[in-house]
Amino acid sequence: MNFIDYFKKLKERREKALIPYFTALYPSKASFEKLAITAAESGADIIEIGLPFSDPLADGPVIQHSSQTALKNGFTIAKMFRSIAGLRVKTEIPFIIMTYLNPVLRYGANIFFTQCRKNGVNGMIIPDMIPEEDGPIRKEADKAGVAMIYLVAPTTPEKRMRLIASRTTGFIYAVSVTGVTGQRENIPAYLPAMVKKIRMVTDKPVCIGFGISTPEQAKAAVKYADGVIMGSAVVKITNPVVLKKFIKQVKSGIRITGSTQRYS
Amino acid sequence: MNYPDKNGKFGPYGGRFVPETIIPALDELAEAYASSKKDAKFHAELSSLLENYAGRPTPLYFAKNLSNKHRAKIYLKREDLLHTGAHKINNCLGQALIAKKMGKRRIIAETGAGQHGVASATVAALLGMECVVYMGTTDMERQAPNVLRMRLLGAEVRPVKTGTMTLKDAINEAIRDWITNIKTTHYLIGSAVGPHPYPVMVRDFQSVIGIETKKQIRKSEGRMPDYVLACVGGGSNSIGMFYPLLNEKSVRLIGVEAGGRGIGTKLHAATLSKGAPGVLHGSYSYLLQDKDGQVINTHSVSAGLDYPGVGPEHSYLKDTKRVKYATVTDDEALTAFGELTRTEGIIPALESSHAIAYIGKIAPKCGKNTVIIVCLSGRGDKDIAIINEKLKIEN
Repeated sequence: MNFIDYFKKLKERREKALIPYFTALYPSKASFEKLAITAAESGADIIEIGLPFSDPLADGPVIQHSSQTALKNGFTIAKMFRSIAGLRVKTEIPFIIMTYLNPVLRYGANIFFTQCRKNGVNGMIIPDMIPEEDGPIRKEADKAGVAMIYLVAPTTPEKRMRLIASRTTGFIYAVSVTGVTGQRENIPAYLPAMVKKIRMVTDKPVCIGFGISTPEQAKAAVKYADGVIMGSAVVKITNPVVLKKFIKQVKSGIRITGSTQRYS
Repeated sequence: MNYPDKNGKFGPYGGRFVPETIIPALDELAEAYASSKKDAKFHAELSSLLENYAGRPTPLYFAKNLSNKHRAKIYLKREDLLHTGAHKINNCLGQALIAKKMGKRRIIAETGAGQHGVASATVAALLGMECVVYMGTTDMERQAPNVLRMRLLGAEVRPVKTGTMTLKDAINEAIRDWITNIKTTHYLIGSAVGPHPYPVMVRDFQSVIGIETKKQIRKSEGRMPDYVLACVGGGSNSIGMFYPLLNEKSVRLIGVEAGGRGIGTKLHAATLSKGAPGVLHGSYSYLLQDKDGQVINTHSVSAGLDYPGVGPEHSYLKDTKRVKYATVTDDEALTAFGELTRTEGIIPALESSHAIAYIGKIAPKCGKNTVIIVCLSGRGDKDIAIINEKLKIEN
């Protein structure tokens, strides 16, 4: 799975990527699977699966709650991989896992990424692992052919942007706010300039996440980027019918419309 | 010592495992700290505050009654006599001066027992800064006097109701606040934990404990001690005491962790004794975790030791065997609390009572000339409600 080609194809179809986030096995195993498949069938382009961690320090209240609930219900990494294996049979949509570093380390990076490869996980986001500290993880991810997606924050200076962009093998995850995940009233005014700066250091795809919760915000944010990640707003929806409508609505709003779109 | 390296690694431990948003602030802090270290004016200002405001040097008190009881020479390093009642003020003054230099007007802090929260609120009042302290609701209840003190000092105490509602979750919330307010805020971490440069910076600010102790014991005994004991939660008083003594090879250094109801049970906070290396709160260090890497709930009668992680330098000192790490149960700590109170007229914090309790474990092996130093890291006024409750249960 090559994310660069995947985004190129989307662009040829005049589309931008919609990446909804689901906390693994939340609110239950069956619901999680139903919701993920519904999203895939309703127009989502990549599914991000959150592997719950006891201490999710980059997450706001919604994802904290979903993580805690999943853990309380007996979540294990092994159960998650079994569930993903079941989903993989039903859809070809790319899967990426988002989790914190400790579960991967403890499970064993080698075993973890081997499981990713076997069960059809295509990419990995670890928000508390910066490129300077990715040694043991990176080796195993590369071996398993799992793309590594790194985050750029509004505070990241240009020199670090270059480093992060050069290390990334999936897409650049542009964090739209200084803060944790969860909804915001507005998307920040500095976002266009920030994405422009990233574009100047890399040709790799750029997706925007954190604080994007409505179709309108997604439309506004994605104007400058190749895709949008929606977490807390999606996690709150546990009814597949409502989810289907939401995904369709967001997706239809983020198509490339005019002919003035500039791409690198 | 040739560690930590430039990436903040103590052997394999330490480093920076935090979201990208924070990294530039850590670079800024590391730079400000490095330049402060070379700045004579900074040292003069800090020394003056430590002496005239905090009350340094603290005495190294020869505890005659306790010595008679245990048939050894027992000295107590009286950090409990410092302003605000614990060693935490040493680090708070240092970091607050650096924060001021960086132009940050707002400080945030986490607290377990409340001692670091009180010290943070105190320096914020002194230097005219805004202060927000995160504290688990379990801890707010068991350390209520300190909550009141922080509020009187003008700090906002924000209750943390997530997870175990103790120190671990208070740190999570403080980090989330920092990610959100990174440009205006300094996160004043109270223990030798967190991403680089915190572990080394906190250790340096706390090293005044060990440096004074060395001078004082040389003066009173003409030699280095045989044993030095200190309690270990995150590990700031212990690293401050141990670090200047690491090169004194004859000195046996013992860190005492919270054994809770016993390390054979699930109810303890003995990270180094029972944990395995992992990542929590920004650094790689020993951690109490399950086989999936989820952090395990801890228990200790002492809020300040009730933490599943530990500073990375302690992990390194454990692996290199320079420091021995042991445990003491809740009950043993409570007994030691009562013992010190009645024999010496000193009410120790429940945290420090763990170190006191360990005297009983080594004393039988000691002669009457064996010199034992215990870091009495804080006073126990904050704990009297807990003690009272425990006594009621027992009577």
